[in-house]
Amino acid sequence: MSPPSPPVLSVERLAKSFGTLKAVNDVSFQVSAGEIVGLLGPNGAGKTTTINMILGVLEPTVGRIAIQGVDLRADRSAALSCTNFAAVYAPLPGNLTVEQNLRVFGMIYAVENLTKRIEEVLATYDLSKFRRTKAGVLSSGEQTRLSLAKAMLNRPRLLLLDEPTASIDPSAARDIRAGIAGMVESGRCGVLWTSHNMVEVEAVCDRVLFLSHGRIVLEGDPKTLPHLHGAETLDDLFVSVAHETLDEGRSR
Amino acid sequence: MSRSRVAAVVLRILYLYRGSPQRVFPILVWVVVDILLWGFLTRYLNSVARAEINFVVALLGAVLLWDFLTRVMQGVTMALFEDVWSRNFLNYFATPLRMSEYLAGLILAAVGSSVVSLIVMVTFARVAFGLSFLSYGLALAPFLAVLFLTGIAFGVAAAALVLRLGPASEWLIWPIPTIASPFAGVFYPVTILPGWMQAIAALLPPSYVFEGMRAVVAGKPAPWDRLALGGGLAMIYLVLACLFFMSVYHTAIRTGLIARYSAETLS
Repeated sequence: MSPPSPPVLSVERLAKSFGTLKAVNDVSFQVSAGEIVGLLGPNGAGKTTTINMILGVLEPTVGRIAIQGVDLRADRSAALSCTNFAAVYAPLPGNLTVEQNLRVFGMIYAVENLTKRIEEVLATYDLSKFRRTKAGVLSSGEQTRLSLAKAMLNRPRLLLLDEPTASIDPSAARDIRAGIAGMVESGRCGVLWTSHNMVEVEAVCDRVLFLSHGRIVLEGDPKTLPHLHGAETLDDLFVSVAHETLDEGRSR
Repeated sequence: MSRSRVAAVVLRILYLYRGSPQRVFPILVWVVVDILLWGFLTRYLNSVARAEINFVVALLGAVLLWDFLTRVMQGVTMALFEDVWSRNFLNYFATPLRMSEYLAGLILAAVGSSVVSLIVMVTFARVAFGLSFLSYGLALAPFLAVLFLTGIAFGVAAAALVLRLGPASEWLIWPIPTIASPFAGVFYPVTILPGWMQAIAALLPPSYVFEGMRAVVAGKPAPWDRLALGGGLAMIYLVLACLFFMSVYHTAIRTGLIARYSAETLS
């Protein structure tokens, strides 16, 4: 029996404060290769702050982040070279064409055989016909597909997806979910996925983490977690957590 | 430092210029307009002043050199602004790209755009007004090098200010060369300035360049020791500007500004 592979992402006692506000408070979790972990929570729960710290664009107040065993603080560049992300709030530069964007980011990630890899992701995300189109004039769904194509360029070991199928029609969203799930099943990549679409989360995530007030308040299998906490569906559980969050906020 | 990542930053800027004539316009047209305006003015002055001095060389040459410094500075800041305007910081800095590599890319892009500007300026001034900078040969290179280093230092410091104060602070950046020019003695000897302005001029590397160029044009030997002093100052400013930029970047990482930086984030 082969020894268990190290997690692609290890987050230990992570915290971030802005003045007196504790945006993220003592959060620890791991993402293994071959696993999709959902990071859920109402607005302001600390999801994006957590993701920004993992992406190295926000320095934690305390805590440690390791990607593929590489400490992010010690060697940011090496840790991020095996990571990639797609987020609705980070569209690629609209003044470059689809192909130019992929080439620039492919060079940043030092992708081998870049021209061939660009062709592959263009085909996978049905963007070949837009290769010479400026990214800024693509529809929001097409821009999301471009962000996903960029996120796959370097065949990341850790993929961070923030609302990855927002603005995409249900048919394309299903294809994209299947593509990401297929990539994860190969056992090479782990995914941290945030979404407010609980049906999608239940369909793709192996495990979910509920964040509230910067803390992980629930963790488990999205298919069994609702019943363990007296909710019919993941959606109901989300609403329940969000209401508790609001009530806690009011009582403060 | 990864050459591939530095090349990616340069390539992005090259793509922008290649796909957009309006970005090439300022590099070429403003330079030509400046030379036309000052070329005819100096030709007129030559015709009425009957002075010993050749205004074409003294004034048009000065304009040309000052334009070069301005283009170098703007080469750095414009490259940064492109990322500000397209909200590209999160895309860039959530990758293996290091800030030193990004900065190196901006500087290399500025080298490219300013060299193109310089070639256009020198060629047009030669064709239209007979101003031949090439006649000074390699002796001109140290003067251009000091202006280049100063332009890069100004550009990096200005880029750091924009990163620190927010995109709207670009309006503070554009006038920097204009504000510096009276102190730098672009068109007149520094000695005619009042004492307090001379003190500031002594801190500005371009003042040594223009003093030196006036000496060369007057047929005197180039004051290499003074030019070396200007070059030393420019190097110090460049190091300080890079340290300032890195400090601002680290603050932005600590506060989360990089992730939130957008069109009017701080305004």
